[in-house]
Amino acid sequence: MTSIRFMWTAYAAVWIIHGTYIAALLRRYRRLQREMNSLPKS
Amino acid sequence: MKRTFPILAAVTALLLVFGTYQALVVAPTERTMGDVQRIFYYHVPSAWTAFCLFFLNLVASVIYLIRRNTSADALAVSAAETGVVFCTVVLVTGPLWARPVWGIWWTWDMRLTSTLVLWLIYVSYLLLRRFSDSAQTPVLAAVLAIFGALDVPLVYFSIWFFRTQHPQPVMGGGGSLDPRMLRVFLLNLAVFTLYGALLCWGRYRIEVMRRQVEETRALEALLDDGQAGSSPARSSR
Repeated sequence: MTSIRFMWTAYAAVWIIHGTYIAALLRRYRRLQREMNSLPKS
Repeated sequence: MKRTFPILAAVTALLLVFGTYQALVVAPTERTMGDVQRIFYYHVPSAWTAFCLFFLNLVASVIYLIRRNTSADALAVSAAETGVVFCTVVLVTGPLWARPVWGIWWTWDMRLTSTLVLWLIYVSYLLLRRFSDSAQTPVLAAVLAIFGALDVPLVYFSIWFFRTQHPQPVMGGGGSLDPRMLRVFLLNLAVFTLYGALLCWGRYRIEVMRRQVEETRALEALLDDGQAGSSPARSSR
């Protein structure tokens, strides 16, 4: 692999890690919101 | 408050795009390492953000141990989780830089090993929080967080205290950096700090919601048990 390929791999890896984490957070947020809506209001 | 988060998220996303553009296009190419040096614009800001989040975790854990404040506990777990994400980035980008520059992916050098230990400590912290149901879990986790935080200065100062292959720090360590590179580096440092704070805030909001749902469910179960316990008594009268 050439030097520039390592750079692109690193930049891609960073955004794959962050993207996966943000997607997991959004999934958790939506599930909790659904659960909150299903709870009794009183 | 509800609007602040999406606005800040949009601004941070734009700044991240701008920071990446500066790192990939505007910053000059390093003479000896070539383009692979550009990894530095993500690697060092990620390490800095992870350290800040672990420090926040330490402060929140100490507050929890002193005052038993549940908000501090929620902040501690949020900071630890987001800190682990940034520390993972550091551990992934480091070897990708090392392979073309040093000729090896990894070496059991003090800086690299202490960073791996730091990551393992906080992963164990998160596993403890995830799989332990004991009422003592937040206290145990807070104590573990204090031990974890002790590793942060060890990681940072390891390049001064030990012989290491890792490059010397850019600032405060006698290193010199082209002013154009320094400008891009400082921009990315600021943007990553903002991004880390935003992620931690988002995670904190989710943690607060999760606790609210759990408390309501527990209360519901308690009321159901109470009703179930009282109904046979009524029927026997």
